[in-house]
Amino acid sequence: MQYFDPHIHMVSRTTDDYETLARMGCVGMSEPAFWAGFDRGSVESFRDYFRQLTDFEPKRAKQFGIQHFTWLCINAKEAENVELSREVIAMIPEFIDKPNVIGIGEIGLNKNTRNEVTIFKEHVDLAVQYDLPILIHTPHLEDKYQGTRMILDVLCSDSRVKRDMVLVDHVEEHTIGLVLEAGFWAGMTMYPVSKCTPERAADMIEKYGSERLMANSAGDWGPSKPTAVPDLIMVMRKRGHSEAAIRKIVYDNPLAFFAKSRNFKFTPRE
Amino acid sequence: MARNVRDVLDQEYLVARAKILELAAILDRLDRANGEAAEDPRYGLLRQGMELLQQKEDGRAERVQLLFSRPYQATWRDEFGV
Repeated sequence: MQYFDPHIHMVSRTTDDYETLARMGCVGMSEPAFWAGFDRGSVESFRDYFRQLTDFEPKRAKQFGIQHFTWLCINAKEAENVELSREVIAMIPEFIDKPNVIGIGEIGLNKNTRNEVTIFKEHVDLAVQYDLPILIHTPHLEDKYQGTRMILDVLCSDSRVKRDMVLVDHVEEHTIGLVLEAGFWAGMTMYPVSKCTPERAADMIEKYGSERLMANSAGDWGPSKPTAVPDLIMVMRKRGHSEAAIRKIVYDNPLAFFAKSRNFKFTPRE
Repeated sequence: MARNVRDVLDQEYLVARAKILELAAILDRLDRANGEAAEDPRYGLLRQGMELLQQKEDGRAERVQLLFSRPYQATWRDEFGV
């Protein structure tokens, strides 16, 4: 089955991974800007990173027939540095019209601090200014519930935010209902330990339905599995879900959401 | 599309058995380790989590998630001044 991974960090994966994903049916992917595992020292680091996301990665993906799209921001972890964050936010417009840039992300919260909230709101301002979709990172583990509610408080109190242009990612059992009931899109990230599994993602699909819901691998430099979306396809097949129902989660919904970005130019395979 | 109990057990019984064994082994490792596990608040959370599994009502996964979560404060914007 052809699928689209709506959240994967290919800058931290080898070219072998592109080949594996292509063989498993990946035809498109979206890569948000993220924390590299260390705190970057200057806005120039981010400028080089954005060049990698907008130039090198789409070329690398294309070798295997995969269409690569990207999101730009300074991530929630490094948002604690307000001065650097504002320099990066000011620099983002240099890249906004690159062919594969589809929105602002992955913004959000990490440890749910005041500085993180400040920079999150300034990113939302940028997205509204350029009428771009937003991809949200909700915090990890014990911080997720508190942070997700804070993020929803910010978004729901801002009348400029178009809820159908916002994807709240890394939802789990205690946050998915909040996100969907508020009218946002929701993404389930499937990690071996620290987020949900393909089985629990399938449970949430069965409980909440497939409207405004998608699933991703968020494959990155930490413990993760870039083939998690094919794993979900297999789990749903074993449970007897139809091919159409599976395709809605792993292909139709991602394309429907990303089509809200004026820059999203995806060519379906014949 | 709901599956029947037999189908779910056919697919999940061995997985559940393995996960229960893992938890049992972790508790045994804690017993063999030096010090008192009960003095670490994380141990208390683990025990509470396992007790939640015994509840009969649906939604155990959500309740376990909330058990391991920092609480939300509705007054956070006043405290942050934002």
